[in-house]
Formats: sequence, structure tokens, C-alpha cells
Amino acid sequence: MPEASRPAPRNAVASLLLIAGVVAFSAAAFAYTAGWFSPERLTPQKLVDGFDLRSPPPLGHRRNHAKGICFTGVFESNGSGSELSRAQVFVKGQYPVIGRFNLATPDPNADDAKVRVRGLGVMISTPDGQQWRMAMIDPPFFPVATPEAFHALQIAAASKEPDAMAKFAGAHPEFAAFGGWAKSAPWTGSYVEERYNSLNSFIFTDGSGNDHAVRWSLAPAAQPVPVPPEELAKRGPNFLESEIADRIKSGPLRWTMLVTVANPSDQTADPSKAWPEDRRSVEVGSLIVQRIEPERDGPCRDINFDPAVLPNGMRTSDDPFPAARSSAYRVSYDRRTAEEKDYPRTATGSAQ
Amino acid sequence: MTNIPRFTPLQRTLHWLMGVCILAMLFIGVGMASTVAPKSLTLVAIHKPLGIAILILALIRLAVRLRYGAPPLPADLPEPMKLAAHLSHYALYALMIAMPLIGWAMLSAADYPVVLWPSVWLPQVLPQSASLHTALWNAHFFLAFLFFALILMHFAAALFHALIRRDGVFDAMGPVLTHNEVAPAE
Repeated sequence: MPEASRPAPRNAVASLLLIAGVVAFSAAAFAYTAGWFSPERLTPQKLVDGFDLRSPPPLGHRRNHAKGICFTGVFESNGSGSELSRAQVFVKGQYPVIGRFNLATPDPNADDAKVRVRGLGVMISTPDGQQWRMAMIDPPFFPVATPEAFHALQIAAASKEPDAMAKFAGAHPEFAAFGGWAKSAPWTGSYVEERYNSLNSFIFTDGSGNDHAVRWSLAPAAQPVPVPPEELAKRGPNFLESEIADRIKSGPLRWTMLVTVANPSDQTADPSKAWPEDRRSVEVGSLIVQRIEPERDGPCRDINFDPAVLPNGMRTSDDPFPAARSSAYRVSYDRRTAEEKDYPRTATGSAQ
Repeated sequence: MTNIPRFTPLQRTLHWLMGVCILAMLFIGVGMASTVAPKSLTLVAIHKPLGIAILILALIRLAVRLRYGAPPLPADLPEPMKLAAHLSHYALYALMIAMPLIGWAMLSAADYPVVLWPSVWLPQVLPQSASLHTALWNAHFFLAFLFFALILMHFAAALFHALIRRDGVFDAMGPVLTHNEVAPAE
């Protein structure tokens, strides 16, 4: 193109400054979005780092609920859940499950008798290619009301200041109820005797498009037998895992899934507050555990029981925890899968 | 009045549409990874279908480019700038196609579902594998920043052509002609 045909150039310096400005502004906007100018933003990385404050991270393992054992089985739906959600998992039938019993501790070698909170991760797959993943625990309510309060709890629990926990409890009055539960609730000698609760609220949508705010629980078929913790301490550091591995030999283990429906006046945003006992509860089916496998080579090992993985017909509510848990679980997953060499499979185990 | 060779209207439409999508995609990506707030789930829910949309648009765009080509760069453009222009465009095409595929494969290697719409779940394209997941995660992460850096260079180069060289390169892809009407074909 001949030079002469071009319009006269504008002020080149001004143009260069404009170009530099556009590039700098774009880069700054990107950095802002990524949180580089917002050190106060609660990131999933901070939440996961919060579990490492008291002890070095358990390389290759989940950053919390690090100790666990895998199972496979089925969810046997009785069809009743269809009145609440159109998800295929509530159509009468059996659907395969991969799951994990676990302890709420960042220590994969923790003593079973020393961990107060027990958990259950479940992934149900349905023929339509969708999944329902959940991670539940056995207290009837969550210790704190918000993800920010949970992070404050992590910091207070790791603090060397003697009054850190007292200060935390003062600022988060909901925490007292959890302390009461931890002191007074009976311990049992088995994963099989625990009731596991979603705690978080979700929205189910039925076939007519109506929404229902729900929480759910898995109630054990086995009768809970209270055992004092000092008695449990004598059973060895892994008594929960050996007990369930023994118990499965006499047949499958069952839980009933109960979906509790909120009344219109019930809040759904705060999992530290249980709903009143008289709320409608729908028995939607049974979890049947058929096979127990050690985690190291087990099918649950590299599954993220991300509570935001929900089939069509379920979604998150205004409860902020599923989003926070989902983002933190993913960071934990990214870290532990990158550390596979620190938690190698046995020679006979193979990547599935 | 010089004849300013331009991309076809279809190519220009694809370029600007994809430019908006890709910029949104990169901002959504760094945003969703940096917060535990409920909006992170919303952003994730946009990131996946938008990524697949970009993949489809990029494949269409590649086919259109192969069919219709591109206007030549100005003959007086210095060789290093020509080389930079060609290489950066190869890189941009490669990233437009590779990034969604890497993301899809990364989710598959973690056994995460790829949910486009509540009722549309894509199949897994890889078996679950910790080592593959780690490699793909690293690729997705670092290539995203490379992609953004290339786009910034692309901005700078486009404005350099538009404001300083005023050589018609910007107009070839511009949504509207900034100063010259296209002369009738020779």
C-alpha cells in the first residue's frame, strides 16, 4: 500500500500512550478479577490452607476428612422422591453407588477414637448419565453459619493465643450448640450405627416445576449402641475400619434416606440451625452398602464428593456452603492428585 | 483511494463474537477460581457451555478461514512484524481450539461431570487419572494466562495498526471502516 495514500498520522506519542493504557487497564481488570488486589477475599485456597495451619498437609490425601474407607453398593429408590424432584434417581429402581466413610480430620492416620465427627460421601449414578454427589456428617447441625465463620474457626483453632477460641465463640454464638453436641452426644463403635445429615439446604424441583427446599439424612438400619470414648480408645487406632470390614461379611448394610421438606417460613441459608422436628419427612429409598475396600486402591479414592454435583431436578439454595465446599474440595482434589507419588497405590492396585 | 482488502462479513462477525466470548471466558475462569462465594457456582455453570460454544465457533471459523483466506498484510510491513502477526495468529487459533478440549479432558480425568445445561451432560473423554488430571490442569491454567497475554498483544498490535501505521490492517477486521471507504474492486 503506497505510503502517500495514508491519512496523516495522529500524534504518535499520544497513540502509544493510549495503546499502553488499554493494555494496562485490561491487565489490571484481569488481575482484579483474579483477586490479586483483594487480599481480604475468601478464596478456596485459603479455606484449604486453613486445614494445614496446625499440622503439615497430608500429601496425596484429602485436606480434610483425610481418613476414610471406600464402599460400593446401590441406592434403592422407592419412587416416593418423585413428588419432590424430577431427578431420575427418585424413579423406583436401583442405581450404583460409590461412597466413602470418613473422619473429619486432616490426619489420614488419626486415632479413630479421637475424632468426634464422622462423615459419609456418596455418589449415585443414574442411566441418564447424571450423578448426585453428597458429603454428609453425623452432627445434627453445622458448627458455624457461614463459610467466613468457618475460616475464622480454622484460624482460631490453630492460634497460639490462649483466648483465641473463647473470642471466636463470643463472636459466633451459634458455635455453642455444636460444643454442646460434641460433649453430650453419645459415641458409637461403628460407622454403621451413625446417622449422616446433609445439613445444607438444597432446592428440589418436581415434574410440574414446583420447588421444594429440602435437607436429607441417611438413618441407619442398625441400632446405635452408645460406647464411652475411653472404651473406644482401647479398640485400636483403626477400629472403625476393621469393624465395618468385619460387619459387611454378614451381609449388606442399610440406611434409609429421609428427605425433610422445609415449611415456607423456615430459613435455608444457615446450616447451623436445624429445622423443627415436626417438618414433613419423605422416605425416598435406601442406601445399601455391599462391599468395603481400603481407600488406597479403592474406587472412592479419586472421587471428589462435591456437593454441588447435582442431577437435573436439584440445585443449590441460598445456603452459601455448597458453593464454598465445592470450590474448596476442588482445590483439595487438585492438590492431592498432583501428589499421587506421596500416597502410591499398592503394586496390585491399578488406576481404574 | 486505495482498495482496502477486508475479511468477509462472516469472518468479521465470527471474530468479534468470539472476541467477546473468549474475553468473558478468561475473566470468568480466573474469577470463579478465586472465590468461595455462591457466584463461583454460577460462573462454573457458564464456563462449561461457553467453552464448548467457543470450541464449535473456533472450528467453524477455522473452516471459513481455510475457505476464504485472509487479506494480505501490507507489503511495507517489516518482516519481524509479519512473522509476529503470523505466529500469533497460529497460536490464537491453536488456543481457541485447544483450551476447551483441555478443559473437557481435565474434567473427565477428574471424573467430574461436564454439565452444559441441567439436562445436558457431556460424556467423559478420558478415564479418571490423577496424573493426567494434573498435567491437564497445569496446561489449562498456564495456557489461560498465555492466551490472555496474546490477546493483550493482539489489542496492542490492532491499535498500533489503527492509530499509528494506519495501514488498513485494522480495517480488514474492523466492525466498521474507521476512515476509508472500500474502493470498488479493480
